[in-house]
Amino acid sequence: MRPQDILTPVPAGLFCKPGNFHIDPVRPVERAVITHGHSDHARAGHGAVLATRETLDIMRLRYGENFARQTQAVGYGEEIRFGDVTIKFHPAGHVLGSAQIAVTAKDTCIVASGDYKDVRDPTCAPFEVVPCDVFITEATFGLPVFRHGDAADEVKKLLASVALFPERAHLVGAYSLGKAQRVIALSREAGYDAPIYLHGAMEKITHYYESRGIPLGELRPARGVKKADLAGTITLAPPTATSDIWTRHFPDPVTAFASGWMRVRARARQRGVELPLVISDHADWDGLTATIEATGAREVWVTHGQEDALVHWCQSKGLAARPLDLVGYGDEEESETVAKAEEEGEEA
Amino acid sequence: MNRFAELLNRLGYESGRNNKLRLLEAYFREVGDPDRGYALAALTGALSFKHAKPGLIRDLINDRADPVLFGLSYDYVGDLSETVALMWPKAASPLAHNPPPPTLTEVVTTLRTLGKMELPKQLARWLDELDETGRWALLKLVTGAMRIGISSRLAKTAAAALGNKDPHEVELIWPGLTPPYVELFAWLEGRGDKPVNLDPAPFRPVMLAHAIEDSDFASLDSADYVAEWKWDGIRVQAVAGRDTRGHLQVRLYSRTGEDITRSFPDLTPSLHLPGAIDGELLVVREGRVQSFNVLQQRLNRKVVSPKLAKDFPMHLRAYDLLGDDENDLRELPFAERRERLEAFVKQLDDPRIDLSSTIAFESWDALREARADPASAGAGGDAEAVEGVMLKRRDAPYLPGRPKGQWWKWKRDPHIIDAVLMYAQRGHGKRSSYYSDYTFGVWTTGEDGEQLVPVGKAYFGFTDEELLQIDRFVRRNTTEKFGPVRHVVHEPEQGLVLEVAFEGLQRSTRHKSGIAMRFPRVSRLRWDKPPRDADRLETLEKLLKADTAKDLVTSGDH
Repeated sequence: MRPQDILTPVPAGLFCKPGNFHIDPVRPVERAVITHGHSDHARAGHGAVLATRETLDIMRLRYGENFARQTQAVGYGEEIRFGDVTIKFHPAGHVLGSAQIAVTAKDTCIVASGDYKDVRDPTCAPFEVVPCDVFITEATFGLPVFRHGDAADEVKKLLASVALFPERAHLVGAYSLGKAQRVIALSREAGYDAPIYLHGAMEKITHYYESRGIPLGELRPARGVKKADLAGTITLAPPTATSDIWTRHFPDPVTAFASGWMRVRARARQRGVELPLVISDHADWDGLTATIEATGAREVWVTHGQEDALVHWCQSKGLAARPLDLVGYGDEEESETVAKAEEEGEEA
Repeated sequence: MNRFAELLNRLGYESGRNNKLRLLEAYFREVGDPDRGYALAALTGALSFKHAKPGLIRDLINDRADPVLFGLSYDYVGDLSETVALMWPKAASPLAHNPPPPTLTEVVTTLRTLGKMELPKQLARWLDELDETGRWALLKLVTGAMRIGISSRLAKTAAAALGNKDPHEVELIWPGLTPPYVELFAWLEGRGDKPVNLDPAPFRPVMLAHAIEDSDFASLDSADYVAEWKWDGIRVQAVAGRDTRGHLQVRLYSRTGEDITRSFPDLTPSLHLPGAIDGELLVVREGRVQSFNVLQQRLNRKVVSPKLAKDFPMHLRAYDLLGDDENDLRELPFAERRERLEAFVKQLDDPRIDLSSTIAFESWDALREARADPASAGAGGDAEAVEGVMLKRRDAPYLPGRPKGQWWKWKRDPHIIDAVLMYAQRGHGKRSSYYSDYTFGVWTTGEDGEQLVPVGKAYFGFTDEELLQIDRFVRRNTTEKFGPVRHVVHEPEQGLVLEVAFEGLQRSTRHKSGIAMRFPRVSRLRWDKPPRDADRLETLEKLLKADTAKDLVTSGDH
């Protein structure tokens, strides 16, 4: 069977005709297989949803109990059969519960990796290289200018700034699913043991991480704390909150932002970020190219992000490669921001 | 170099003026001579390196990286130095002796004497030795593209703060100083005498105007102000002074203090008396001021041929006098300086230098009328080169910078059309990675019926919030991609209407529509308007005809 007959891009997302399911559909479908809980990949309103237990829990937290008619939790390594097709979940190292989905029909294996990173993250299972014939890769940071460096060094930068400005509050913009918890966990590893404060939109997901056995130390809601008491503290907030009037609750705040985009100066300046922290839950250029090589895939499909550069790189290495024109994920971090802004609207 | 790089990097993220000053001052305090002096020179634009052209930097990276990947990266990042600094591969073979990264002084002095042939190798060696921030700063430095939100004024202010001096004092002696400013720092730190400015024709920091808003008039008394035409030319300071041997030295400075004397050899003989005039450079043909479009053809020429000088005769329209022979007039009130200016121009008695006339007005309403119709309010045949009016307080001294409430500029109302967004491209500099360059079009009847034809491009005018909204719209409504250009949906019922403001129109053979706009910018987003209701090309054609007709009538007067 030709790979393009196994998985085909359609307006709703990536469709597996022989198995009759969609991967990360952006429109309501009968049967959805979902890689991870970020809102551009995990949407409400499908008939049946297959995902890891954590992804299902996260969707429940975000969309309520009735986000799908029917759900099925799948563990890493577990195999499920749909007609002539089998699927298997493997850790993607992106956020808690994130999975790559290996789709095998006859002797052809395609891995839809969703979003992934190949570096250490104390808050989720490490990325696993899955040998395959066709590898579907994201390209969020698919340009050689994106080299994230060591996230622990960036956290040290944050802690040094906190020590340098004991009279100021540090507001760290971070996506509320994954990034925030990773920053907290890395701060703890670096020896920071003071309470860390949370914006209201962070609380549910962060406590869920704790309930899954990820130690994050003492956490407190930022809400209701006296302004003076926030001097010298760290507060995690959704990126949009760090530039709105909410920040007036903080004494002379230093605005930080933890994101792979911070590698590009103009991006940080556009957001008014004073302390850019290059911490990303997506693979950087070196990570993307090393992973593609490690899978041994002879063909690569590239989606959401800087497809052109990665496709070019694959071709220069003699690999068949093409962009997958999937709409709706083009800007995960941005849609994440928008989704967060909507959540905050509800809570404000 | 890494310490200087760190300073530049932090300055780039800091938006507050006071925090920038604190960072700069701390740097000057902490870093010794001559490094800090070269840093000050770099920040004030006093260093330039002839050999480091962007093309050379591109060659260096293209030797080390895939040119296609470099092209895509550059398009994304929007800044050559930053792209190369980020992409630069780690040194292939770690050298056994691991040389320390270069100091700023080493870089500056080496570049000064380095031959063109040796430059690429030397740059590559430094790039291998420096970290990412260091590479970025080095490249900014050698290409002379240090746009980091620091004005030369701010850097001097920070230096002045070292010795608790008034920055104005530094400005006054500045033209006589050269990097690395050892004597300046010695004076600031109380270790030496104040340097004397020996330049016979020094630049004086210029006074600038605020744009006036409708709401400002309520608190202003029209009797306190003198009004003049605002000319659409180049602001200059024309200075003549006698050197120690009694020879007259003449200089023309741009408003930022750049010496532009060499570009205008036809004008300098006219400045035959010692003094400092603040005025506007204009092209005047047969007694009539030409539009900015004409002036532009004279500018930025390396060599001024006799033919160019003859076809584009330069003229200075004077509106202020800052110095008269040895006398500094800047403390005097404007009304008094104006009197001196009138006498000075009379004394010069030169056909290339004249006075910018004042506009008599009784009330703000009367001035509003004059501004709407300069031709009949005294500007006559020069009306086309008027871009508004200037208001100057009668009692205002000449103050450097943009002091509040002293001078106001009141530009003519722009033309407005509703156009449809057709294509978008990522911006550069501050806007890089956002879709911030927009090609817009208006409707016309073509072979296939109603169609949009591009009439211009706009890069600014919108707020940061609006930029995010348009960026999102572009990303979600892209129908095709051509390299860096996104084709954005533009159908009668689907698309985004931009209200575009512009200053004027010109015939153009470079544009499909045959029209080019001057100074177009997005003035409003019309989410409420369907594209079918946007303006038509005929509207612009009519406007163009009206302008051309006016040209014919006014030139007939002479």
